[in-house]
Amino acid sequence: MARRSHVQTTLNGETVEFLCEPRQSLLEVLRDELHLTGAKEGCNNGNCGACSVILDGRLVNSCLVLGVETEGKSVETIEGVADPDKLHPIQDAFLENAALQCGICTPGFIMSAKALLDENPNPTEHEVRYWLAGNLCRCTGYDKIVRAVLDAAAAK
Amino acid sequence: MLENKEYKVIGTRPIRHDGVDKVTGRALYGADFQAAGLLHGRVLRSPHAHARIISIDTSRAEALYGVKGVVTAKDLPDAGDKIADLGEGAVNLKHLCDNILASDKVLYKGHAVAAVAATNPHIAEEACTLIDVEYEVLPPVLEVRQAMESDAPLLHEHLKTTSMGETADEPSNVASHIQHKLGDPEKGFAEADIIVERDFVTGTVHQGYIEPHNATAHYNADGQLTIWCSTQGAFTVREQVAEILQYPVSKIKVVPMEIGGGFGGKISVYIKPVAALLAKKTGKPVKVLMNRADVFEGTGPTPASFIRVKMGATKEGKLTAAQAYLAFEAGAYPGSPVGPGAMCIFAPYSIENVIIDGYDVVVNKPKTAPYRAPGAPNAAFGSETVLDEIAEKLDIDPLEIRLLNAAKEGDRRADGPIHPRIGCIETLEAAKAHPHYTAPNGKKHHGRGIASGYWFNIGLESSVTINVNSDGTINLIEGSTDIGGTRASIAMQAAEVLGIPAESVNPSVVDTNSVGYTAVTGGSRTTYATGYAAYEAAQNVKQQMIARAAKLWEVDEANVQFADGEFSSINGKEEQISFRDLCARLGETGGPIVGSGTVNPGGAGGAYATHVVDVTVDEETGKVDILRYTAVQDAGKAIHPSYVEGQIQGGAVQGIGWALNEEYIYNAEGEMTNASFLDYRMPTCLDLPMIDAVIVEVPNPGHPYGVRGVGEVPIVPPMAAIANAIYDAIGVRMTELPMSPDRLLKAMGKI
Repeated sequence: MARRSHVQTTLNGETVEFLCEPRQSLLEVLRDELHLTGAKEGCNNGNCGACSVILDGRLVNSCLVLGVETEGKSVETIEGVADPDKLHPIQDAFLENAALQCGICTPGFIMSAKALLDENPNPTEHEVRYWLAGNLCRCTGYDKIVRAVLDAAAAK
Repeated sequence: MLENKEYKVIGTRPIRHDGVDKVTGRALYGADFQAAGLLHGRVLRSPHAHARIISIDTSRAEALYGVKGVVTAKDLPDAGDKIADLGEGAVNLKHLCDNILASDKVLYKGHAVAAVAATNPHIAEEACTLIDVEYEVLPPVLEVRQAMESDAPLLHEHLKTTSMGETADEPSNVASHIQHKLGDPEKGFAEADIIVERDFVTGTVHQGYIEPHNATAHYNADGQLTIWCSTQGAFTVREQVAEILQYPVSKIKVVPMEIGGGFGGKISVYIKPVAALLAKKTGKPVKVLMNRADVFEGTGPTPASFIRVKMGATKEGKLTAAQAYLAFEAGAYPGSPVGPGAMCIFAPYSIENVIIDGYDVVVNKPKTAPYRAPGAPNAAFGSETVLDEIAEKLDIDPLEIRLLNAAKEGDRRADGPIHPRIGCIETLEAAKAHPHYTAPNGKKHHGRGIASGYWFNIGLESSVTINVNSDGTINLIEGSTDIGGTRASIAMQAAEVLGIPAESVNPSVVDTNSVGYTAVTGGSRTTYATGYAAYEAAQNVKQQMIARAAKLWEVDEANVQFADGEFSSINGKEEQISFRDLCARLGETGGPIVGSGTVNPGGAGGAYATHVVDVTVDEETGKVDILRYTAVQDAGKAIHPSYVEGQIQGGAVQGIGWALNEEYIYNAEGEMTNASFLDYRMPTCLDLPMIDAVIVEVPNPGHPYGVRGVGEVPIVPPMAAIANAIYDAIGVRMTELPMSPDRLLKAMGKI
């Protein structure tokens, strides 16, 4: 077994330290070492977006980032999106629009939508579809997800 | 039986009860389960599509640091020749066990051969590579028509065709032949002015749920086995594991975690018994996860098929006869959905003379599993394309020819049942009235197509318990795992009975020790049957509450009525108390109230859908784009319209994927060459327009609120609708799925 490395990073605004093997992805670290299971593994090769997180302001698939690469960086996950007593407008819009069915892809979509609206607060429908094309949903046909993101943009 | 009244809760769109957990990442799915001392299991899978196992040597794997246990088929009890009935028909237990861990032969690439439990998943994976398996590789058979040839390689030396009660003498890859006949097909075709006959081929496709299969198992020292997993049915997991491990159901508890999609693919068990075997061997809880390639290669897709459809009509467009030949790939073991395909194929129409032959054929591909209206989409691709061609040749509008022949109450389906009240005509009329159908569509290479579909829906057993709280809310205990908002749609039916808001119901999906038997979330049955059980449980609560009010007022129960959330006394004393206030007085009137309801309803009521689609075809690349899509469907009564729309939209888009992109691509050795989400390309949101879902409500007399199942039928029409639209755009009839760019270019004669 490879030696575990010590990593210090900022996670949802707070400094955290963890040990991980060099081969462990950020997704594995989040789920197995830090017990934040909101990021999901759907494919483990960057095709489904269920593990989307924001790394130093940039949307990434956490299955394609190594845990050790987050040293000194800032990671934002689904667990950090809502305030303790108030949901984020994107989360509210997903609930109001019934934009989830099974919900396994939902954390990833919300992170992608957040990254989009952080960069482009007033996207067109096409821009939403373009930006979210890296996230697969098999339940909804995307209609209500796209509407939720457009609603969240309008509400901001 | 139908409650014809204005509803307060039904038909509204409350926030789903599990919504906050699911938008904040707090909802726990199967893979999220943790336990102290947890080991991680991984499965070794066959690299060959067809081979005999000569030997398995696990010693090198067992010697690896961190490995705690290795299992093979030898660790499973001897299945013998037992036939198990697991609620979905009889299953050969040896086939069931061999699909969990292969004993004598591997029958597809990805077939599980052995499994390892280790202290971390990477060690388990590494250990799998140290298991030495010696194979005698055999030629694979990968296509249904080849498998039916008399000289085809045989998968099972003992499998003989059963045909309508008779078993053949010689072994064959054809497991069974079914036939449905209505009227006199020969006479019907003789009366036709026009007959169209075509052959169709459809590819193997996967349900494509985003969450891979998962299971964690643990044996207590007293032999109690607990399995945490995502599944469409905790009770069916319990039954299957009990059969495979030959272990009493009373010693197995299945805890359903949240489930990340299923569409029929999470009914069969794969790694759940494996996790149990590893847990037994190691004495520790063991979590086994699949990766995406395991899911594609090791779990049931829905079958590829060869279909021949012949239909005859008078020159006025009246169908006189129809014939179908359906040959479905079962995968490695018998049990394709050719039966449901045969039940559904001509069900949207009233045709007097019909003959349908269905064949269930084994091939060297993973054992197929249900996928949303299993069998019906394959069949409808054939029948709805042929009907479109008849309409075109007779110069009749494709919606008009469907209306002219539409099935109605009292008509007999070719496989026997007589239609109860159905909404086939109403659905067609709603499609005809929709602005999409009359919108101009004249551009070059643009086309419009329509198609209809049918799915019979099922009832089966459900149980619900309601505990009444002192603050006027109720806790609703159910056994139906929630894949698409059914906590809400079930809770709303109880709320309607008790005159309380949907938010005053706290629904919980619980384990198999904590609720009565409940069949799978499948067959479009959950809102229908578990909703029905919730209705019954709420009625039971209401009756008990009436008794309490009567006691409080010292009147006869018959003199208490309940309406709009208020109990009141009639005849004599003028008394009134709200549901909420009476809830606060249960202690003084006799103690807590627990209501229960169990059902096994027969009247599921069939569902109809008609889809309208506009496409454009790029003549240079062969790529088809969906420009506009309208899906019309009879829901009986939409309890939560947003989630009904969601089912319609999701089903339509799965159909679009099936139509245009999705297929298992095999090489000559029988290896799937596209076992990833990159290469097995499901639709993304950039591939699609909004999907206009139109709900028609023709109440189902078999449910107190008129509910029909809605989940499955929306995947039935898209393939034919898109094929018909492509024909409208470029004048080429597509008869092979998927209608990918290369197939279009071939059909257009460009390559």
